[in-house]
Amino acid sequence: MAAAAELKLLEKSLRLSKGNKYSAQGERQIPVLQTNNGPSLTGLTTIATHLVKEANKEYLLGSTAEEKATVQQWLEYRVTRVDGHSNKEDIHTLLKDLNLYLEDKVYLTGYNFTLADILLYYGLHRFIVDLTVQEKEKYLNVSRWFCHIQHYPGIRQHLSSVVFIKNRLYTNSH
Amino acid sequence: MRLFVSEGAPGSLPVLAAAGRVRGRAELLISTVGPEECVVPFLTQPKVPVLQLDSGNYLFSTTAICRYFFLLSGWEQDDLTNQWLEWEATELQPTLSAALYYLVVQGKKGEDVLGPLRRALTHIDHSLSRQNCPFLAGETESLADIVLWGVLYPLLQDPAYLPEELGALRSWFQTLSTQEPCQRAAETVLKQQGVLALRPYLQKQSQPSLPEEKAVSNEPEEEELATLSEEEIAMAVTAWEKGLGSLPSFRPQQNPVLPVAGERNVLITSALPYVNNVPHLGNIIGCVLSADVFARYSRLRQWNTLYLCGTDEYGTATETKAMEEGLTPQEICDKYHNIHADIYRWFNISFDIFGRTTTPQQTKITQDIFHRLLARGFVLQDSVEQLRCERCARFLADRFVEGICPFCGYEEARGDQCDKCGKLINAIELKKPQCKVCRSCPVVKSSQHLFLDLPKLEKRLEEWLGKTLPGSDWTPNARFIIRSWLRDGLKPRCITRDLKWGTPVPLKGFEDKVFYVWFDATIGYLSITANYTDQWERWWKNPEQVDLYQFMAKDNVPFHGLVFPCSALGAEDNYTLVKHLIATEYLNYEDGKFSKSRGVGVFGDMAQDTGIPADIWRFYLLYIRPEGQDSAFSWTDMLLKNNSELLNNLGNFINRAGMFVSKFFGGSVPEMVLTPDDQRLLAHITLELRHYHQLLEKVRIPGCLTQYPHHIFDSGNQYIQVNEPWKRIKGTEADRQRAGTVTGLAVNIAALLSIMLQPFMPTVSATIQTQLQLPLPACSVLLTKFLCTLPAGHQIGMVTPLFQKLENDQIESLRQRFGGGQVKVSHKPAVVETVKTVGPQQIQMLMDEVTKQGSIVRELKAQKADKNQVAAEVAKLLDLKKQLALAEGKPLETPKGKKKK
Repeated sequence: MAAAAELKLLEKSLRLSKGNKYSAQGERQIPVLQTNNGPSLTGLTTIATHLVKEANKEYLLGSTAEEKATVQQWLEYRVTRVDGHSNKEDIHTLLKDLNLYLEDKVYLTGYNFTLADILLYYGLHRFIVDLTVQEKEKYLNVSRWFCHIQHYPGIRQHLSSVVFIKNRLYTNSH
Repeated sequence: MRLFVSEGAPGSLPVLAAAGRVRGRAELLISTVGPEECVVPFLTQPKVPVLQLDSGNYLFSTTAICRYFFLLSGWEQDDLTNQWLEWEATELQPTLSAALYYLVVQGKKGEDVLGPLRRALTHIDHSLSRQNCPFLAGETESLADIVLWGVLYPLLQDPAYLPEELGALRSWFQTLSTQEPCQRAAETVLKQQGVLALRPYLQKQSQPSLPEEKAVSNEPEEEELATLSEEEIAMAVTAWEKGLGSLPSFRPQQNPVLPVAGERNVLITSALPYVNNVPHLGNIIGCVLSADVFARYSRLRQWNTLYLCGTDEYGTATETKAMEEGLTPQEICDKYHNIHADIYRWFNISFDIFGRTTTPQQTKITQDIFHRLLARGFVLQDSVEQLRCERCARFLADRFVEGICPFCGYEEARGDQCDKCGKLINAIELKKPQCKVCRSCPVVKSSQHLFLDLPKLEKRLEEWLGKTLPGSDWTPNARFIIRSWLRDGLKPRCITRDLKWGTPVPLKGFEDKVFYVWFDATIGYLSITANYTDQWERWWKNPEQVDLYQFMAKDNVPFHGLVFPCSALGAEDNYTLVKHLIATEYLNYEDGKFSKSRGVGVFGDMAQDTGIPADIWRFYLLYIRPEGQDSAFSWTDMLLKNNSELLNNLGNFINRAGMFVSKFFGGSVPEMVLTPDDQRLLAHITLELRHYHQLLEKVRIPGCLTQYPHHIFDSGNQYIQVNEPWKRIKGTEADRQRAGTVTGLAVNIAALLSIMLQPFMPTVSATIQTQLQLPLPACSVLLTKFLCTLPAGHQIGMVTPLFQKLENDQIESLRQRFGGGQVKVSHKPAVVETVKTVGPQQIQMLMDEVTKQGSIVRELKAQKADKNQVAAEVAKLLDLKKQLALAEGKPLETPKGKKKK
């Protein structure tokens, strides 16, 4: 999904009514937002953070210092690790790490839904749709988290809904 | 909380510098762990620095740790800081870690390290100077400054890696480096050892892969298509539909070409070849051919373009040659000037003027500049000890003395420069000097000479460079050479010689002397223009309106980047100075050097005897243009490039597109009804075309030639393959219409390609345009959009194949005829051998197999076959490609996954 399209999705899920225009820069098609009052902003997570503030939903950026730093850490992870690699092996390492991390967490920061969950969901969508039933079971915590986010009101929009089977089929392959 | 660091981990620098913020607010323990210790339980790869928080959670990103420290001290996040940090993570970090790895682990130096990073450093510099603030995010130091300073410090603390022209970056860096928390962090991490302190950590890391400009992927189309926005597609469709209507009105070629105020005016020179040497392929690609590509491109952009060159004719070498052949120097120059002109004509070099330096205009302009320099006190007089050969009864020019280098002891040092250590030599300092002509030992005699007072002009030069270099397209090697000259300090340089064949020195007491090439040759560009038009000053005394591009090999950089600018600045006559100095590295022949005396290598006049068309030579030489590093001419490689790139891919596509029009539609371009997929293809091609422009504007010739025409005919070939017009033409009415659209679009792509190829292969380009009967106005302009230039109903001409296959035995006999390569293989390292052991036949075989397997995969995909079956065939294809890449000695392409919408 192109970054501009993703930011459009985010605008809708934040219920921002006026749509922004985005251009793309360079080989990697980095999104650029021309703001009305000031210089343009460049970069997916930078613009996403800006949009959250514009929608007066600062709580999505975390409330304590620890939460704020954690949200930004996962946003960085999204643009460097998730977007940076698309070969199968890297993706599996990434899912394995994330699975371990989410073992005792509902959301990426712990107990609060944040922008990090939204953007990681958007970023991972293209990989998760391709997983087999067995792989989804293997990355059980990722699946639980992903399923939870895609049902969060207003987030999924036109993206395809990924089916997760409640009953485990491959019980010994955890 | 506890911070885990590791000896020499670069991330420790920003983290420790930022930790100063929390002193007194929270308790911070620091533990040192090994570079391979997994501190964070959920991460597969080891990672340091890591901060374990009191809650038990981990921060494993360097930036996030710094951010946390800043947040604890009451700082609020802002957009600008976020933007810098995102840029650091996604753009700076990949190139920076590669640069550090090259430097610390692989021991590379200079441009190898700095090159990949230059763009990022320039970005910081420009942002700082544009916003006119001392810090990245405003008037005060912020998180962004600490993080960027910290990651860059190990490299930039070495002044060699802090480019002088980036003034704003320098002062920002120096301000931060003197702050107490930063200083302390630097001492803790680097321990006074400089960047080498990072070695214990970096050598445990795998080599970071440098982000490719753009790897040629297996399915470029699909990937690109996924990132096109609706808007881009709509714009591409509009441009396409406007077609020929959007072309500017036809402008006939002006004579003489003159600059026009308010338009872009491009003055292009290529280094003047010395008259009595027949140029070899390296000379041709380094100067005239590279400049020709740019000149042709510039004309396609409708910029007012003047491209000039000529033979450099004065000097001792000409005098000697004249003696040898029993002619006068003037006769020698006339004879060889014509040889040069013929060679360049054969290579289709589009000079507006190919002049010479032995003209009255040269004398007039050189003497004028000299008078002005003299009047302004920039000329010194001194007596010089000089070598005189008593047997030949003359003072010896530098190039006629050989001896032992006083610096490195190399035995065949020339009188002006040592080829081994590269240092400049004063001929009388040579040990055991010898006259190159008669081999007797010359004696030292004294003679009065004039000097250009370069030290007095140094400040003006630096001011000019400070204004010119930032943002210009000077190649890195040229910047590097000029920087090192300035670092060593300029010295007065002798500008006269005891000769007859040269521009006379207009000063009493110097009647029997002439100007030396150092002073006189670069003035040749001006005098050659003056012989072309009496309005030459509109080009050469018009720095505001004229962009001067000068092309040369790197050994010519000091004359053009330093000596001539000094003369021109000192003469104070508003001269146009070089804005973009484009210097190449050297081209080798097979695995050695070109050598006229040993008869090794192909020289300009022999290329036409090979029977290989000039455009093929042009294509191959441009393909291997030594940009950024030395490269080598190889016969086998030339055969491969011709047979695969040109014959099988480019030629095949253009021929098919044309043949479909003639065979299925009677030579008349069919009606085109674009589907959404076709519209995406238009947008995709527009995007590729934009990249092509970006590269050529920056004179990145091989970068452009290896990628963009290729990407476009690849998309075209694939488009035909997927849509199968040859089958649909026999189908229903709808099928027939589809076949028409596909054919029409494909032939328009071929027309676009013919224009894009024009700078590289002018004859092939013209042939395609004749075959397609491309309307004249479309042939001479290249816009940034893809237009429908062959509308429905347009009648095309006869379509015939464009390229011929080169055969192995043909190439083998040429190799033997021109020497080199095979003769001396013994001392070459094994890496090169792997390339040599695989013969061209085997490569050809592999290539055929790749093509075959490729069509199997395409067919399966088109049939929407079973996923596993497709995957298995794709795996086979990738394996074959890998074998082929190995056989050709190319780096492996990294397989890329598909992005799905």
